[in-house]
Amino acid sequence: MTAFVQQMVLGLLIGGLYGLAAAGLSLVFGVLKVLNVAHGQLIMLGGYGAFWLGALAGFDPFAALTLVIPGALAFGAVLYWTLFAWVVRASEETRVKNSLLIGFGLALALDALAVRLWTADERSITTSYAGAVVSVGGIAIPLVRLASLVLAGALIGGVHLLLLRTRWGRAIRATAEDWEAALLTGIDVRRAYLLAFAIGTALAGAAGTLVSVGYSVSPSIGLEWTLKALVVVVLAGLGSMPGTFVGGLVLGLAEAAAAWGFGGPYREMVGLVLFFVVLVARPQGLFAR
Amino acid sequence: MLEVEGLEASYGSFRVLSGVTLEVRPGEIVALLGPNGAGKTTLIRCIAGLLRPRAGAMRWEGWPLGQAEAHTVVERGVAVVPEGRRLFGSMSVEENLALGAFAPRARRGEASRLEGVYAIFPVLRERRRQLVRALSGGQQQMVAIGRALMADPRLLVLDEPSLGLAPRLVESIFGLLREINRGGVSILLVEQNVHAALALAHRGYILEAGRVAAEGQGSVLLNDAHVRRAYLGPLAR
Repeated sequence: MTAFVQQMVLGLLIGGLYGLAAAGLSLVFGVLKVLNVAHGQLIMLGGYGAFWLGALAGFDPFAALTLVIPGALAFGAVLYWTLFAWVVRASEETRVKNSLLIGFGLALALDALAVRLWTADERSITTSYAGAVVSVGGIAIPLVRLASLVLAGALIGGVHLLLLRTRWGRAIRATAEDWEAALLTGIDVRRAYLLAFAIGTALAGAAGTLVSVGYSVSPSIGLEWTLKALVVVVLAGLGSMPGTFVGGLVLGLAEAAAAWGFGGPYREMVGLVLFFVVLVARPQGLFAR
Repeated sequence: MLEVEGLEASYGSFRVLSGVTLEVRPGEIVALLGPNGAGKTTLIRCIAGLLRPRAGAMRWEGWPLGQAEAHTVVERGVAVVPEGRRLFGSMSVEENLALGAFAPRARRGEASRLEGVYAIFPVLRERRRQLVRALSGGQQQMVAIGRALMADPRLLVLDEPSLGLAPRLVESIFGLLREINRGGVSILLVEQNVHAALALAHRGYILEAGRVAAEGQGSVLLNDAHVRRAYLGPLAR
């Protein structure tokens, strides 16, 4: 029993990162109607960004977030202007085709760049408090991962409030719902796209930082994280940041349960099964309004 | 005020407008009538900046409209109530109205204009926290007009505001349009409801197959033999 609970706790902890990884993908997909298949690579870059800040400048990984997030915002803005701004207003067929090509191209380029810069080795940030654990009734909770879960929830909550309460947040939601109607109310929808993409990239950067401290990064993790994020987006549906966070937790728990019940290899399968079942039974997602 | 001259527009190779000329003068209500497919909505999309015309000129208070970015048209004082209302259904009434005042110029005096919209449509004040998609068709039309008024327009362009509404509701909406016009807002009204539109409008244009087929004062158009035959039916009195 304890072993099961322990597994589920660890599943919940990584689930928070799944939620954070998916939040950025969901925002970009919901607003730009572009599936950024290089989203996992952006997470990977965020992880290496924090790793570099630690290795070269001695930054604590959690403190590095304060630099990684603005850096990722700016990087996202550049990516939008150079790559994605060309396709967002193209006809649907062109947009889908070209954005996938751009995304896969970007993913390959970033993978290769990461191998050049950081080699193919797995990296992880080790801190003085890395091994710290709180024990609750025989269940060990790694502190770093717990902090990551809380931070992931806080970041998603922050973006949620930004979208809900601010003028441009409302404009982004309006653009997601009906971009022509948004134009008619005087919203510069291109700026709404830019903001959404930049925020989505910042969320990816933050997720990568937390991955590099609680887990590990290597140049090849991009695709894996894109898939995890995609599963969560399908699970949760578009349009709700808190729903996406819960979707991440659900995936984390489902993976842990599968690994405990059927053995480790089934961990990676359960997400795809969920993906399939949700698409068939409730294609709008569990939490979409 | 609004001048459209020789406007041509097409979707791909399909030409919809072939040389439309019309104008809206300060303080006027102008009706734009015509059968489905005549190009009425296309003309509005050109004015709103959603579609680039192929040829011709459009000026709004002397400012060229044809090449303008859509979001800057509102800023200049032209607000459009699109066909089918196009509200943000997952947002509340108040959020929809607030989005109407998104343009920088419209943000000044937003609070007092919101009061003005609630004064015209009191039911919206009661429903302000409700999601728009939970409202009736008539109330949604009020939100759509209210959202456009929040932009503090000098020209209000409406694309078939009577569509899908019960006749009594249409009457009250048209009555409110007259009120809004008396408040100093010019109106370009696209309608299928020829009788009601011409009764409200100072002048009207009949658009047919992408051209202006007839124009004149509302009452004159209403009595025009061609208009009567084509739009009011043989039994029209």
